[in-house]
Amino acid sequence: MHTKTLAQIAQGLRAGDYSSQELTESYLARIKQHQGLNSFITVTEHQAIAAAKQADAMLAAGDAPFLTGVPMAHKDIFCTLGIKTSCGSKMLDNFTSPYNATVVEKFNVAGAVSLGKLNMDEFAMGSSNETSFYGAVKNPWATHCVPGGSSGGSAAAVAARLIPGATGTDTGGSIRQPAALCGITGLKPTYGRVSRYGMIAYASSLDQGGPMAQTAEDTALMLQVMAGFDSKDSTSVDCAVPDYSADLNNSLTGLKIGLPKEFFDEALNSEMAASIDTAINEYRKMGAEIVEVSMPNLKLAIPSYYVIAPAECSANLSRLDGVRYGYRCENPADLNDLYIRSRGEAFGTEVKRRILVGTYALSEGYYDAYYIKAQKIRRLISDDFKQALEQVDVIMGPVSPTPAFGIGEKTDDPIDMYLADIYTIAINLAGLPAMSVPAGFIDNKPVGLQIIGNYFDEAKLLNVAHQYQQVTDWHQQTPKGFE
Amino acid sequence: MSLTVDDVNKIAYLARLGIDAQDTESYAQDLSGMLDLVAQMSAVNTDDVTPMAHPLDQAQRLRPDQVIETNNREAFQAIAPQVEAGLYLVPKVIE
Repeated sequence: MHTKTLAQIAQGLRAGDYSSQELTESYLARIKQHQGLNSFITVTEHQAIAAAKQADAMLAAGDAPFLTGVPMAHKDIFCTLGIKTSCGSKMLDNFTSPYNATVVEKFNVAGAVSLGKLNMDEFAMGSSNETSFYGAVKNPWATHCVPGGSSGGSAAAVAARLIPGATGTDTGGSIRQPAALCGITGLKPTYGRVSRYGMIAYASSLDQGGPMAQTAEDTALMLQVMAGFDSKDSTSVDCAVPDYSADLNNSLTGLKIGLPKEFFDEALNSEMAASIDTAINEYRKMGAEIVEVSMPNLKLAIPSYYVIAPAECSANLSRLDGVRYGYRCENPADLNDLYIRSRGEAFGTEVKRRILVGTYALSEGYYDAYYIKAQKIRRLISDDFKQALEQVDVIMGPVSPTPAFGIGEKTDDPIDMYLADIYTIAINLAGLPAMSVPAGFIDNKPVGLQIIGNYFDEAKLLNVAHQYQQVTDWHQQTPKGFE
Repeated sequence: MSLTVDDVNKIAYLARLGIDAQDTESYAQDLSGMLDLVAQMSAVNTDDVTPMAHPLDQAQRLRPDQVIETNNREAFQAIAPQVEAGLYLVPKVIE
C-alpha cells in the first residue's frame, strides 16, 4: 500500500479498495517502525484516526473532495490549531498554535488526513536538517547522510514512504534541495502563489510554501489545494489558479530549454554534470530544443541572499521575546535580562549567526551598504532570469552541486554549507517557480534535476516534469529497507 | 571585513541576544566570514538600479478599515509564559 502515489491512493479510496482508517493505521505503523529516521517531531495518531473515520463517512456519503481520506503531513513550520508547532526550535518547543495556517486549513477542507508534523532545520535556517533542536534527520538512501534541508523531515518521510505527500517551504532551496537529496519531487511555487499566513516567517520576501511528493502528478494535485489568493497574507498575489493537472500530458515537441552556462562551471561535481546531461538528453529525445543562456550576475546570488535573508530574519524573529508565547528563561532580573536570556537560551547557533548578521546589516550606518545594495543586486539577478525566459520556455540545471553529504561533515564550516545553495538561491531572489525532479543516482544517492519556469507558469513546469517521469523511473525507486 | 569580540557583543545587545562568553570569538570569526562573502557585491556598480523588495514589484495592498476578527485574548493568553487579569506579565520596568 505504501508505495502507491497520492493520486493512486485517492483513486483507491474512491473505488473502495481500502478505507482511510486502514490506510491511516498502516502509515502510522510505518512511521513508528521507522522512527529512527527522526523525520517526525510530532505524530498526531488520535487526531489522524478521528479524521480518517470522518473521511470514510464522507466517502461513503459521496460528494467528498478529491483528497478526502488521503494521509499526509505538514512541515512543523505551519501553524496547526491545538497541535505543537515548534519550527524545529527550543524557542517554540512549548508552543501550541491557537490557529491554523491557511495551507493547513485548505488541506483540511480538501479532506486530507494529517498524520503529524515533520522535522526541519531550526526556523528553516539550514541545508542539512542538522540545526533542528530535535536532532538530525537521516536520509533513507544512506542513513549516515543528511536528507538536505530545511524541509528535511518532509523529504525523508516521503522518500521512505511513511507518507505519500508533505508540505514544505522554500526560502533559498529548502523544498528543492532536500527533494533532490532524497529522490522525490518538490515544487517551489511563484512568490505570492501560496499563502504565507500561519507559516512561521524566516525571510518574508523569499519564503514560499509548496508540495513534496513522489511524482509531478501528485505535486500538481497538492498545489491545486495550496494555491490561491489569501487576504490574510499581504504579499499574496490575486491571480486565477489554473487546473494544474490539465496540461500534464501535453507534448514537449518544440519546447525550448535554456541551460545557463554559469550552472555548469567548475563548482559542479563531474558525476553530477553527467547525470544532468543524461536527463537533458531525454528531453532532446522528446523533441525539445536546447539553448545556451547566460546569467552573468548569478555568482552574486549567495552574497545578496546572505544579506537579505538574515536581515529579514532578524526582524521577524524579534517577536520571539519570551513575553507572549514560547520559551521564557527562569527568574529574569529585569526586562532586558528576560529578552536576552530567553533568546540566548532558546535559539541555536545557526539562528544566532543569522540574527547577528541581519542586525548588523540593518544597523545605523550600514543599511544602504548592505540591505539596499543586496536589493539592487537582487534586481540584476531577476533581470538575468527575465531575459533568459524571453528566449526559452524553461531553464534547467542541477539542484545541488553534490549528492547528500555525511551528517556532521559540514557543520564546522557554515560558509561551505551556504555555498552548496548556489543553484537554488537565485530562484528565490527572482521569485520564480522551480521544481526538483529525481534524475538518477551517484553512489546510490539520488540526484535532482532542477526545472525553472516563468512567473505563475507552474502548470508548464509540472507538464515538463511529468513527461520526464513517463520515460524514466527514477521517481519510482524506493530506498533499501523501505520497500 | 573583520569583526572583533567587542563588535559581536554590541550587535548581540542590539538584538537582545544572549551569547556565551566562550562562543563570542567563534561568532566573530563566522560573522567576519559571512561579511567577506557578502563583500563580493561591492565589485558591481549598482548606481542606476532600483532596489527590489517584492519579486513582482507589488505595492502594499490596502483593505477597508473594518473589524474582521473577533477577540481571541483567552486563546492567545493560554499559551503565554505569565499572565494576570488579561495582562502579560514582565519584570517591573518602572521603579
